[in-house]
Amino acid sequence: MNENEIAVEVENLVKRFGDFTAVDNISFQIKKGEVFGFLGPNGAGKTTTIKILCGLLTPTSGKGRVGEYDVFTQSEKIKEHIGYMSQKFSLYDDLTVEQNIDFYSGIYKVKKEKKKERKEWVLKMADLEEKRNRKTADLALGWKQRLALGCAFLHEPPVLFLDEPTSGVDPISRRNFWDLIYSISDKGTTVFVTTHYMDEAEYCHRLALIFRGKLVRLGTPEELKGKSISGSVWEVECKNPIEALDSLQKDKRVIEASLFGMKIHILVPFAREEEASALVSQILDENKIEVIRLQKIVPSLEDVFVSLIREKA
Amino acid sequence: MRFRRLWAVVFKEFLQISRDTRVLVMAFAVPVGMLILFGYAVTLDINNLPLGVYDQDNSQESRGLVTSLMRSGYFSVESYADSYQGLLSLIEKGKIKIALVIPYDFSKKIKSGEKVEVQTILDGSDANTATIGAGYLTGALQLYSLKITQTEIKPPIDGRIRVWYNEELKSKNYIIPGLIAVIMMIIGTLLTSLVIAREWERGTMEQLIATPIQSSELIFGKLVPYFLIGMIDLLLAVLLGKLIFKIPFRGSFLLMFLVSGIFLIGALGVGMFISILAKSQQLAYQMAMVTTFLPGFILSGFIFPIFSMPAFLRVITHILPARYYIRILQGIFLKGDGFAVLKLEILLLSLFALIMLGIANLIFKKRLQD
Repeated sequence: MNENEIAVEVENLVKRFGDFTAVDNISFQIKKGEVFGFLGPNGAGKTTTIKILCGLLTPTSGKGRVGEYDVFTQSEKIKEHIGYMSQKFSLYDDLTVEQNIDFYSGIYKVKKEKKKERKEWVLKMADLEEKRNRKTADLALGWKQRLALGCAFLHEPPVLFLDEPTSGVDPISRRNFWDLIYSISDKGTTVFVTTHYMDEAEYCHRLALIFRGKLVRLGTPEELKGKSISGSVWEVECKNPIEALDSLQKDKRVIEASLFGMKIHILVPFAREEEASALVSQILDENKIEVIRLQKIVPSLEDVFVSLIREKA
Repeated sequence: MRFRRLWAVVFKEFLQISRDTRVLVMAFAVPVGMLILFGYAVTLDINNLPLGVYDQDNSQESRGLVTSLMRSGYFSVESYADSYQGLLSLIEKGKIKIALVIPYDFSKKIKSGEKVEVQTILDGSDANTATIGAGYLTGALQLYSLKITQTEIKPPIDGRIRVWYNEELKSKNYIIPGLIAVIMMIIGTLLTSLVIAREWERGTMEQLIATPIQSSELIFGKLVPYFLIGMIDLLLAVLLGKLIFKIPFRGSFLLMFLVSGIFLIGALGVGMFISILAKSQQLAYQMAMVTTFLPGFILSGFIFPIFSMPAFLRVITHILPARYYIRILQGIFLKGDGFAVLKLEILLLSLFALIMLGIANLIFKKRLQD
């Protein structure tokens, strides 16, 4: 990657809290304009990484820069060039929507002549034009999150950090929120977003899978799904899926069996269709499972994630 | 420091204060309440000291003595006893603080020009009242003696006493300026002790420290509204003192506001310092109470004179800004002191304010704790 195209770069980043290593030797680069996802379960080190990059925490060792600024020495410079939306809603509940926007507009020194335009942009983007005089405490979470995004993007920073922006938000609001992220990224802003929702991760241009402080895989969602699994995933529709799952999980030839709705996904070691198909049929037969439908599928991110974590653990 | 950001913080704080009943009550109701309560209830003067009389003589002269004691205003005769035992039981029950026994030959001895002894018993369980009461009584007896003695006595030394500044020796005249100082200390420190801790507790600080705001912009921006509240409190207190309690004000208003402003900045700085250290509102509130109430009331010389304290306490009082501020306010109110007299105190207060602000600025970190 060309130097000038990199928005965020991290090399062997480590953050320890006492004996606990929250971020364990992580390296990655984010291109300008990219929507970069950090995917992992709670406690994997996503929030710690984002706080280091926003200049809120000092890393223990390694290298990191945001734009041209170093995370060790230039955290105040970084803060001028980023927008940050924390996991917990952190605007002022006792102020109105407009007062929150005005406050952050002042803090970010949005130019006088642009102030009004930016405010209207936030209100429109967050669909809060009608509610501009409402107390922020009275807004539903989905609106609060969009307001927080708006306030973090008032000064149009080149890099935006969003820490689990959609957690606790209903699916439609989540979809709307991602539309906003895309519209911001379309204007050339780099977006770093953490999530533990697998479906959301698919919206990212590139993804890093984080588990127990380590970066497990890095790539586009397609790359992760295509390359990360050795073997193939088969979807089985059968009678009594719960019992079937139980016996499949006990079968040593099956790497991974998990329930997706009423269907079972089985991961078997062979990638080639004929060998794998033969094995799956044999296994199902021997376990006396009454198959309604069987097909090879492209693994979902969840399949990938579950299997990668199984490998590590 | 950027004015835009400073102003954004100031404006936001004002909005939040205007919506926070708890802060409004603490900012305005508490100081006014304290002043009224103290102004009326706390007086170190002794008036209407309950007196019991056992008059064995019951003559014109003995009644004249009791009447003259009552007229002094310092004593009120609660009851007359008809036996020595009865008088003592009144003291035991706490009905009277002073018992006066007038002997049966009181009028006879006076008429014949003999010396007569009048027994007085004081309830010393309240030592302060007893001491002052004994003094008043001695004075009142002397006065009455002079009145009834026909011959003029010429004592060899005649002390001509004049009291300056507080001519009537009214304790409220110095308690109220002192109280204003204590109120400024408590309100200033208590109010700001919550402002940083509140932002940490509500999670809003995390958003704020991820912005390019500078520590000084945040700290000064938060101080400005509370400074104004403190100055409004001062104005209210001075008006109450003058209009309701009729305290003399002989100095310059301008000087008083100037010095109070300096003192207030120091007190606000203490609160800010506490707030940054504590990170939780409850802890901050407790720390602010301990650092303002105790020293403010006990060690500042507000009620208890510093020169009567043991040496090590006297040394400690020197580092308390309230000590200097009380002296300044009493000076301006009662003596009409000007800048020239108070410049050392003013210098010390300015120094304190600068140090507190400096420390608050220094210890505030725009980072999360590891």
